[in-house]
Amino acid sequence: MTTATIRPAPVRKSITVPASPERAFEVFTARFGAWWPRSHHIGASALASAVIEPRAGGRWYEVGEDGAECDWGDVLAWEPPSRLLLAWRIGADWKHHPDLLTEVEVTFTAAGAGATRVDLEHRLLERMGEDAQRVRDSVDSDGGWGGILKSYADAI
Amino acid sequence: MAYGNAAFAALADPTRRRVLERLAAGPKAVGEIADGLPVSRPAVSQHLKVLKEAGLVTDRAEGARRIYAIDPAGLGAMRAWLDQFWDAALSAFQAEVERLAMEEDPKA
Repeated sequence: MTTATIRPAPVRKSITVPASPERAFEVFTARFGAWWPRSHHIGASALASAVIEPRAGGRWYEVGEDGAECDWGDVLAWEPPSRLLLAWRIGADWKHHPDLLTEVEVTFTAAGAGATRVDLEHRLLERMGEDAQRVRDSVDSDGGWGGILKSYADAI
Repeated sequence: MAYGNAAFAALADPTRRRVLERLAAGPKAVGEIADGLPVSRPAVSQHLKVLKEAGLVTDRAEGARRIYAIDPAGLGAMRAWLDQFWDAALSAFQAEVERLAMEEDPKA
């Protein structure tokens, strides 16, 4: 099995919102904890809030109802009002891996008066497979992840 | 949850994510999976049933034991899961922008 050629397609999404790019960017980031679905969290406790720190190098994390913070990744590029690049460092095992880098790029483009098209791309998903490969190597197991890597290939 | 995706719903549970995490290291019997988890073995069996129905794990008989493993096709479903995940997240974002726009200008 070759893992080098595995390249799952990025996940791409587009929506249009009734706001200027400036406003859309602000709501996306400053009010991230207000709109992020409560069901989407990796911590043991229910989600209380989620935060994108407003600067390149800032953290991107959730806060549980127990007060515990769980890192999701960090801010790679902070370019209001047009572009936000986030590192998503959550692996296929739903844990934070500081050395895993997948990217979530969000762009905000004016689409007529008072409207903005928001494009989101979650890419480098193959690295979850590479990360999985490392996990497999580190535990010296012959089961499990090999098939996963194949499934990534099949998903292309 | 209203996402209508079995894999999504199956992975919403933290215990099931831990079960899957354990299987990531290789196929295991129920007892090995349950060992160290803060839930009973019957509960783990129930979680495995849900994961199996969601297409995330497979099982096979090995003598008297049943061995569970991650279903490779199910991890193909992981990408599909992320796809739905971002759909749900962006819809929530869109709803928030719309809500704020209405607040600022109720006539709009």
